[in-house]
Amino acid sequence: MVDVLNDLLTVLDSTLRLATPLLLACLAGLFSERAGIFDIGLEGKMLAAAFFSAAAAALTGSVWIGLASGIAASLALSAVHGLASITFRGNQLISGVAINFLAAGMTVLIAQSLFQQGGRTPSLSGQARFNPVHLPFAEQIETVPLLGPIYAELFSGHTILVYAALAMVPLTWWLLYRTRFGLRLRAVGEAPEAVDTAGVSVIRLRFTAVAICGVLCGIAGAYLSTGLQAGFVKDMTAGRGYIALAALIFAKWRPWYALISCLLFGFLQALALRPDLIEKYLFFKVQIQLLDALPYILTVIILAGFVGKAIPPRAGGEPYVKER
Amino acid sequence: MTENSTTGRQVSAAPAIELVGISKSFGPVQANKDISIRVMPGTIHGIIGENGAGKSTLMSILYGFYKADKGEVFIAGNQTQIPDSQAAIAAGIGMVFQHFKLVPNFSVLENIILGAEDGAMLRPSLAKARESLLSLARDYEMNVDPDAIVEELSVGHQQRVEILKALYRQANILILDEPTGVLTPSEADQLFRILKRLRDEGKTIILITHKLREIMDITDTVSVMRRGEMTATVKTADTNPEQLAELMVGRKVLLRIDKSAAQRGKELLHVKNLQVTDEAGVLRLKGVSFNIRAGEILGIAGVAGNGQSELLEVLGGYRTAQGQILVNGAPIDITGQNADGQSRRKHGIAHVPEDRQREGLIMDFAAWENIAFGYHTDEKYQSGIFMNNAAIKQDASEKMQRFDVRPPNHNLTAKSFSGGNQQKLVLAREIERDPDILLVGQPTRGVDIGAIEFIHQQIMTLRERGKAILLVSVELEEIMSLSDRIAVMFDGQIMGERLPNETNEKELGLLMAGITEEVA
Amino acid sequence: MEKMPAWADVVLVPLISLLLAAAISALVITGIGEDPVAAVKMMVSGALGSTYGWGYTLYYATNFMFTGLAVSVAFHAKMFNIGGEGQAMIGGLGVALMALFIPWPHWSLALIFCSIGGAVFGALWALIPAILQAKRGSHIVITTIMFNFMAAALLNYLLVSILRPVKSMDPATASFPEPTHLPTLHDILMPLGIEFSKSAPANVSLLLALAAAVFVWVLIWRTRLGYALRAFGHSDTAAQYAGINPVKITILAMLISGGLAGMMAVNTTLGEAERLVLNATEGAGFIGIAVALMGRSHPFGVVLASILFGFLYQGGAELALWTSIPRELIVVIQALVILFTGALDNMVRMPIERLFIALRGSGDRDG
Repeated sequence: MVDVLNDLLTVLDSTLRLATPLLLACLAGLFSERAGIFDIGLEGKMLAAAFFSAAAAALTGSVWIGLASGIAASLALSAVHGLASITFRGNQLISGVAINFLAAGMTVLIAQSLFQQGGRTPSLSGQARFNPVHLPFAEQIETVPLLGPIYAELFSGHTILVYAALAMVPLTWWLLYRTRFGLRLRAVGEAPEAVDTAGVSVIRLRFTAVAICGVLCGIAGAYLSTGLQAGFVKDMTAGRGYIALAALIFAKWRPWYALISCLLFGFLQALALRPDLIEKYLFFKVQIQLLDALPYILTVIILAGFVGKAIPPRAGGEPYVKER
Repeated sequence: MTENSTTGRQVSAAPAIELVGISKSFGPVQANKDISIRVMPGTIHGIIGENGAGKSTLMSILYGFYKADKGEVFIAGNQTQIPDSQAAIAAGIGMVFQHFKLVPNFSVLENIILGAEDGAMLRPSLAKARESLLSLARDYEMNVDPDAIVEELSVGHQQRVEILKALYRQANILILDEPTGVLTPSEADQLFRILKRLRDEGKTIILITHKLREIMDITDTVSVMRRGEMTATVKTADTNPEQLAELMVGRKVLLRIDKSAAQRGKELLHVKNLQVTDEAGVLRLKGVSFNIRAGEILGIAGVAGNGQSELLEVLGGYRTAQGQILVNGAPIDITGQNADGQSRRKHGIAHVPEDRQREGLIMDFAAWENIAFGYHTDEKYQSGIFMNNAAIKQDASEKMQRFDVRPPNHNLTAKSFSGGNQQKLVLAREIERDPDILLVGQPTRGVDIGAIEFIHQQIMTLRERGKAILLVSVELEEIMSLSDRIAVMFDGQIMGERLPNETNEKELGLLMAGITEEVA
Repeated sequence: MEKMPAWADVVLVPLISLLLAAAISALVITGIGEDPVAAVKMMVSGALGSTYGWGYTLYYATNFMFTGLAVSVAFHAKMFNIGGEGQAMIGGLGVALMALFIPWPHWSLALIFCSIGGAVFGALWALIPAILQAKRGSHIVITTIMFNFMAAALLNYLLVSILRPVKSMDPATASFPEPTHLPTLHDILMPLGIEFSKSAPANVSLLLALAAAVFVWVLIWRTRLGYALRAFGHSDTAAQYAGINPVKITILAMLISGGLAGMMAVNTTLGEAERLVLNATEGAGFIGIAVALMGRSHPFGVVLASILFGFLYQGGAELALWTSIPRELIVVIQALVILFTGALDNMVRMPIERLFIALRGSGDRDG
């Protein structure tokens, strides 16, 4: 019995850690898409942030400087996407794809130039990493049956960015539904002409959304290389940006549902790391490649609408041109 | 202060809004040339003109979308700069656009405060706005449920939300752009009542329309625009529709077409109990039946959105339906494999769609490519397994010449042509097929008066050649002028059939609003 | 009124976009401490300075022609097929199955049937995303990206566990039998008296790719299907009016697109490696996007752009060999090309339009 609990806690613990970058990227995408800007460049922004935060942390020894650098890199790419999508009314999908390639190429290029380690940063440790935060009384409560381990292992002991990501969910909800800014943001993704004729700048709102997206992707990427793992490796995002998009669609562009869908994907990724547990509890051996492919397969199933129809923001993906 | 002659109220003597010498060019095109108008407070002023006359440009300047090249704007006697919409709103100008600027999935209240919120937190703003809204609605007799979701409201109610939006921002000058295009006659009457009430309270109303009738019915003064210039400003009471039309076009205009008596032949189209359910599961056509004989024009009157579009789509082959359609006595497939545009065309049905830009033409294709649109599998356009582009271009040249499409260059893309010429292109393509049955939707929407005459003539010629024609139009005058029989659609059903010389606009208007003899 | 003459639209704007991409690439090279001019010189000599270089340039160009044509066909129907990579991978499977399990007596037969195999498998991999887009509105961009990942996983599994010869350690199939080996450019040109490098991999698939380009041109502009595809790409509402079936067209466009991508495997798997290996595609599916955008989705432009990217690829390989510049530079250049010719198109287009209008305006005043 204790054995089952332990296994469950291990998997759930992993789930939280793996869901964090997904959640941050998903919320990033939420802000952007709710304002009408499609962003498939989440992947690229995360990757760029992962590299720059790891590189800065490696060079300065401070993970906080790393975090700031990661956010800056992601914001720079957001600026490009904003420029292309908003100012120059270009194709938002092409812009996103270009940004993903740009990040994939530039990160290795610069990594090689700085560190000569084949496109990666040196391993990070100590203050150059985010270290686990132990919640108060974790040690004392640990011995309490059932609740103890749940508190001590599942809730306590994560890096600070995990808690920050979780806190982003109610914050996002509040921003979107209880503030003037949120009302305008939601309006500009559904009917930008309504916002424009009311005398509010569509361009400014959209750039703000794109900037928020950049910051959140920056945190997601920084977490990957300085929290979840200890350094940057080529292509380390491994499709998380796209999975975050699928999670967003699954969540019907709403913050609390985003939490649930990201936890689900995190859970699948956690399972893929423990094929032995699957064999133990489900009694059959699953090919490792299938486990790896599970998140992508689930994404397709979600997109096929077999889990309910999702209606995107009405004005999404279309540049706003004033009707004369 | 002086007394308003209509209402007897005290109003200031300065014009509510005065434009002096407004000019605006876009490259070589001069959209507004030295426009000067004065509108006195507490009046309803109409601005009438054809498409391209410059009305929209003028209004865009007033609302801050464009900056005039020359000229000044005076609000209540003070010169005012209007660099953007915020300035316009601050100057007391409120605009109700032809295509509503509402957020469909927001509530009425959210739409009204958008942009005019009181502070960064939403809930206090919403509470305040709710009170103001209710008192405004009371004052002007415009009832709306503040929590209703806008996309669930009727068009007439949505328009009220637009007006309330402007009033909430304390507009003194209300500009309405083609407000009655989407309203039934009775909804339009309600709108006019509200406008008159607003006028009596001292508000200034500017009504932009192309409908001569409306100008005569409700305005106090009217300005006519033609080719960017203001050709006249008169008191409505001193003029009449014919004079206004002449001022709009610059020559005498034939407002009614001369029609020979109908030479009816056999029944070519018979529609039986057509039912259509849309993607959302809503019943759009609720059992429509009618027939059309050779040499006859059946006009379908009705406000847009009552099933006419769905009817055309079913007949045109790109929407499935329940029921029966008989062409020349034989039933055609309306649900299965052969329910598509290609097979309809093979049955001799041609279709001039309601929206030429979204349906009838590919705007980025050249005119010659558009001539083959819908007929690209036609034998005479093929040469073996390839398409014979030379043959298509030749055909295009000839058709464009016969239908006077200008400029007569088949290599230009469709979007380079004016609305009237685009419509002529579509008509040339469809009519020259010599179809047995022609479906026509909104044939003269966005078309200049000169082209309107030509298009009506073409339709009549087809009728004289013994074809059956289904004419769908929201313009009652057009229906009454061209049709041999008129059927009125409301809420997916045919409310009644009349003969044009045995009915009038009032009776048709009642049917359009769903009021039949039994109910009335 | 057309805003600018056709030549400016098709040549000038893309050219300027390209120059911008090149300029920024030069900045990047400088940024990592290398000399851009020296880099370009090395690329030119490495890619174009010998028949060996040309052999590699044309070999890569062949790949990009197939994937570029694939993306172009889908673009004409307004669909963004990013799945070329996965479709090419699965196409490789089709080629390998054909080559390994049927004893072909001559390479010409092997070529024909392996092409069919590659095309069919590639098309099949595009089928599900196509159906999902056509019938359920699932966005083809995301589904094809997912299918890329799934293809990699599937191929990994097949090559490691199923198709790998028992005694081998490589995750790859057995080598294809000798009669299937395709003649290289050396083999083709020697009887004509032209010396060509023996070790360069460019092979007869190049001619197949050029034939495919002609085929695509005829298809898009000279057939009913092409007309319907273009019409649908411009306006799906109008296409419905005209009786063009949106579901049929979506699926057909993607099948053709997937098939073209799948045929790329003939060049890599049958022509060069002569067995199926992991990651045979090496990003060619993605370069196809850059090539299609640069070539404005026109087969002629795609061929030219493919050769340019073949040059970049081979040049990049040379750089990676002799300098400290990694191969990823090519990914950066590819990204910049996509960015400038695709998303920032208006940044170049709008000023040029204004220039032409101003020139025309002054012309009117004089005339």
